[in-house]
Amino acid sequence: MSQARIPGPLLALAAAGLLLFLVPLAALIVRAPWDQVGPELVAPETTTALGLSLFCSLTATALALILGVPLALLLSRTTGTVRAVLRALTTLPMVLPPVVGGVALLLAFGRRGLAGAPLYTAFGIQIPFSTAAAVIAETFVAMPFLVIAVEGGLRALDHRYEESARALGAGAWKVFARVTLPLLRPAIFSGAVLCWARALGEFGATITFAGNLPGRTQTVPLAVYVALETKPEGAIVLSLILLAVSLAILVGLRDRWLGA
Amino acid sequence: MSLHAEVVVRRNGFALDVRLDVDEGETIAVLGPNGAGKTTLLRALAGLIAIEGRVELDGEVLDDSKAGRHVPTERRRVGLVFQDHVLFPHMSVLHNVAFGLRGDSMRKARDWLGRAGLLEMADRMPGELSGGQAQRVALIRTLATQPRLLLLDEPLSALDVSVRAETRRELSRRLAAFEGVRILVTHDPLEAIALADRLVVMEQGKVVQQGTPADVTARPRSRFVADLAGVNLLRGRAHHDHVELDGGGTLAAPDAGEGEVLAVIHPRAVALYLARPEGTPRNVWRATAEELDLQGDRVRVRLGGAVPLVAEVTPGAVRDLHLDRGDQVWAAVKATEISVYRA
Repeated sequence: MSQARIPGPLLALAAAGLLLFLVPLAALIVRAPWDQVGPELVAPETTTALGLSLFCSLTATALALILGVPLALLLSRTTGTVRAVLRALTTLPMVLPPVVGGVALLLAFGRRGLAGAPLYTAFGIQIPFSTAAAVIAETFVAMPFLVIAVEGGLRALDHRYEESARALGAGAWKVFARVTLPLLRPAIFSGAVLCWARALGEFGATITFAGNLPGRTQTVPLAVYVALETKPEGAIVLSLILLAVSLAILVGLRDRWLGA
Repeated sequence: MSLHAEVVVRRNGFALDVRLDVDEGETIAVLGPNGAGKTTLLRALAGLIAIEGRVELDGEVLDDSKAGRHVPTERRRVGLVFQDHVLFPHMSVLHNVAFGLRGDSMRKARDWLGRAGLLEMADRMPGELSGGQAQRVALIRTLATQPRLLLLDEPLSALDVSVRAETRRELSRRLAAFEGVRILVTHDPLEAIALADRLVVMEQGKVVQQGTPADVTARPRSRFVADLAGVNLLRGRAHHDHVELDGGGTLAAPDAGEGEVLAVIHPRAVALYLARPEGTPRNVWRATAEELDLQGDRVRVRLGGAVPLVAEVTPGAVRDLHLDRGDQVWAAVKATEISVYRA
């Protein structure tokens, strides 16, 4: 098949678009203080932020799995208006500016918040500016990626597997645990990886809702932001780490994303 | 054990309205063109879709829309076998068979596989089986749960021709040994005749004909069945010794009776001539040979004209007539070769 030629001006615009991606990434690699990467990696501020980031993002992913898979199941079984509303609700955090998400979380779980006030008066629990807040913020922003991936997997699933299981006498729980869940494994896996990547990079909602407390809520993106003012080499090294993780995910999931 | 079902399903402009009674030890084959509602009927009997009406199996009411009763699929004890096996791809053959079993399920699954001669496949994954093997395992997986109602949805049509005959023989043996109610959906007349005691022909959501295979093919009531039986089916209005055909033209037939009738003409009873034949045949039409199709030692000739027919002649006759596509011929049928019955 012969395709129509792309007009010259469009090619130039496409090249400009590519450069917009390429130049910053190249700059990050070219300007990296490669001789300081070793010491910076083991510096206490770096390891603390890295450890916290890993903990928060993995916990957020686990939380998203526990809540998101059932949510995807519910989404895939509903139709019409209910589905439209549920879908809008679950995908909103994907398009919402994260900082708005952070403000909303603060208003919900803050000490005087909608849900936060009763929590504080009844149990003395304060969520904002704690590690738990960082986890919640990351879950809020990242879970939609998992839900969308799993829902897509559910829609692509041949429903006759579940029907066969039912005809063989399996109740709802057995069908889910022994048939649906195992068959969804690829979708759950790629959804979880996407979710984790988004949680790892979370900045806006975290800094608004959880603050920027080293060792408690200062994850890697927050540490990068702070270090850029005081110690740019550290910021660059941390950025390189995040870039490496993103690249690894892209390569690892390329078959699923970019088509074989 | 018997089944009495009145099933009405309406959705997206399609309406299924079927009454089905199956006796103990009877195998029913549900036949019909695509979109007739065969699979919808099976899914309704399996409890996978909501229906209006009533389904009673072995004295137990499984569905009764008036009483608001609906027994979910998992508690119906129905066996469902699909066109392609639908074995769980993430489980071994043994675990697939054990899935529906209770209490010491592994040993029971091994027993079932052993009796079916499939034990050496116990540890294989479904992806490693051939189509025929997978379908045999799927059948065993279903039979092992000892269902009261066995629903088979085109169980052989996904198989290669080479293994279909063998799998059909095995299916036939297993159906004979199975004590519940057996319903087979198929579009393959050979499969239906080989496996079923009674044919139920569906078209556009309704049962248009049912009876033994011999009855149904001898007196088709629809074009679909006529095509299955390979005969010509004409519809018209009888007036004593002739039939005014709905498509135009007249058919001479002794003792045709009065009223709406169907007429069956076997293709072998249609003779072809280059010149208008003299003598006994009173049914003679001008026709165009629209298509010639060699089938075994016969040639089927599709004729266009006032009365569209299919004729079956020998290759020698085609040679003698110098018959080719588009040629004009005379088609003749003896009145005594026409079977006329009430529509």
